[in-house]
Amino acid sequence: MLHNLSVGELAELLRLRELSSVELTRHFLARIERLNPALNAVITLTVDGALAAAAAADLRLKDGERGPLLGIPLIHKDIFCTDGVRTSCGSRMLDNFVAPYDATVVARLKAAGAVMLGKANMDEFAMGSSNETSYYGPVKNPWNTAKVPGGSSGGSAAAMAARLAPFTTGTDTGGSIRQPAALTGVTGVKPTYGRVSRYGMIAFASSLDQAGVLARTAADAATVLKAMAGFDPLDSTSVDEPVPDYPAMLDAPLRGLRIGMLREFFDGLEPRNAALIHDALKVYTSLGATTVEVSLPHLPLSVPTYYVVAPAECSSNLSRFDGVRFGYRCDQPKDLADLYKRSRGEGFGPEVKRRIMTGTYVLSAGYFDAYYLKAQKVRRLITDDFRAAFQQVDLVVGPTTPTPAFDIGAKIDDPVTMYLNDIYTIGANLAGLPGLSLPCGFVEGLPMGLQLIGPHFSEGRLLNAAHLYQQATEWHTHAPRGYE
Amino acid sequence: MSLTRQDVEKIAHLARLSITVEEMPVYVTSLSSIVDFVDELSRADVGSVLPMAHPLDGQRQRLRPDVVMETDHHEKYQRNAPSVQAGLYVVPRVIE
Repeated sequence: MLHNLSVGELAELLRLRELSSVELTRHFLARIERLNPALNAVITLTVDGALAAAAAADLRLKDGERGPLLGIPLIHKDIFCTDGVRTSCGSRMLDNFVAPYDATVVARLKAAGAVMLGKANMDEFAMGSSNETSYYGPVKNPWNTAKVPGGSSGGSAAAMAARLAPFTTGTDTGGSIRQPAALTGVTGVKPTYGRVSRYGMIAFASSLDQAGVLARTAADAATVLKAMAGFDPLDSTSVDEPVPDYPAMLDAPLRGLRIGMLREFFDGLEPRNAALIHDALKVYTSLGATTVEVSLPHLPLSVPTYYVVAPAECSSNLSRFDGVRFGYRCDQPKDLADLYKRSRGEGFGPEVKRRIMTGTYVLSAGYFDAYYLKAQKVRRLITDDFRAAFQQVDLVVGPTTPTPAFDIGAKIDDPVTMYLNDIYTIGANLAGLPGLSLPCGFVEGLPMGLQLIGPHFSEGRLLNAAHLYQQATEWHTHAPRGYE
Repeated sequence: MSLTRQDVEKIAHLARLSITVEEMPVYVTSLSSIVDFVDELSRADVGSVLPMAHPLDGQRQRLRPDVVMETDHHEKYQRNAPSVQAGLYVVPRVIE
């Protein structure tokens, strides 16, 4: 069936004109209409826009134009501004917000001829690890609808697992692409900080946020990342470095690749989860890689560091929501102070308010040095640990998450327990490193992810290592029952 | 509890967030648990380490020529505003 084909296979059918983009788009729109009600992964469907974009792609194909994404449908995380289409960021605050321009990621994929089907559900303002903080309700995991899909890109991940689109976009501030990719059995890439433009991506924590892709395979992710990445003068932290030809790097042999097993990632890891990671390492040694244990001694401090730095940045970024220029406004404000406080108090959900207040506290007079400045210093120690490890090895591996998907409702009332779910993913964000999660097996019928982290700008190497693993294994081909 | 109700009221005021009477106890508890958790940082020995604000050290802010890049989009942008009159954002009276 069409929804099981890779981006590369679909592009070939389009090129041969055995399939039109309109037909392909209708196939996925019909799947979303049939399957999404049980999942709540897609919160805005853009039927007319999708069919118009598909028809335009078909004309370009008819004129002989070629492109790896020309006529290929996708779903954007609802954090990316889409001109003329509601961009809610999963929040009541932006429930009525129609973006007046396209994010650079959206514009680039549009220019490449990709066809937006709609927008994916997400944790409110990307703050969450379970997709339960969305104003639009939780997303269900297609592997078991009593379980969370992970977050914050939970809608993007569930949509991928349910084969509602050939690929989806996501963002990753503390693991928000990799963790949901792991919990839903798909491949997710968080690029190096600055690799993909943040312009038009609603800001959460500006020194950590990075856009990326969720796909069925590393090869598809390579194709999409090549189209998304690159210098953008509209993002002041965009890096002016050429984008490598990621698809051309996929088949480079792994002979001599040095893989570091992160000791801190295996400490206390449940034996069945650890066994899957060790099995994956055996695949790598059979492909010619060597493994060595490495240690990042400051890594255990990454979660508390993150939960100072990210809320601090969030508290200043989200001060723009004032009930004046856009977004939610409370009824009958009695004065300007009341307008600010009630618009924000009513427009934001509990987790967003908790993070804004945490950030306000750690930045407030008398606490700045003890929390924010201290966290910034520990951030450097963690980054230096990674730098030292990459003197010895080419990339480091471990699990993406401590456990498979947990029950909806299990952790939502205990923020610290929820935060600890990101223990393996946060380090890469603090250090600005690229990370990738790919399916590596099942525990109790639920998928688990293998995480690869490399030095800055090593996306090509990570995709290469993931691709050759996927050539040697078949974990990434499994579909949840009912979504085959 | 590492934070009191008065602490949380002060933080909410600084952040310009209205918190209802019913919500308040939940925030006192959860914010206290978060503060206790991040207090783990106090045991880190950071010596003379320099604070790190940005993941790509050494990246400089770029300059661009001082020329007009944008055209006037105020009508489009103000379509998202809760209240607009004559191209101006309307808020409750500030000066009596």
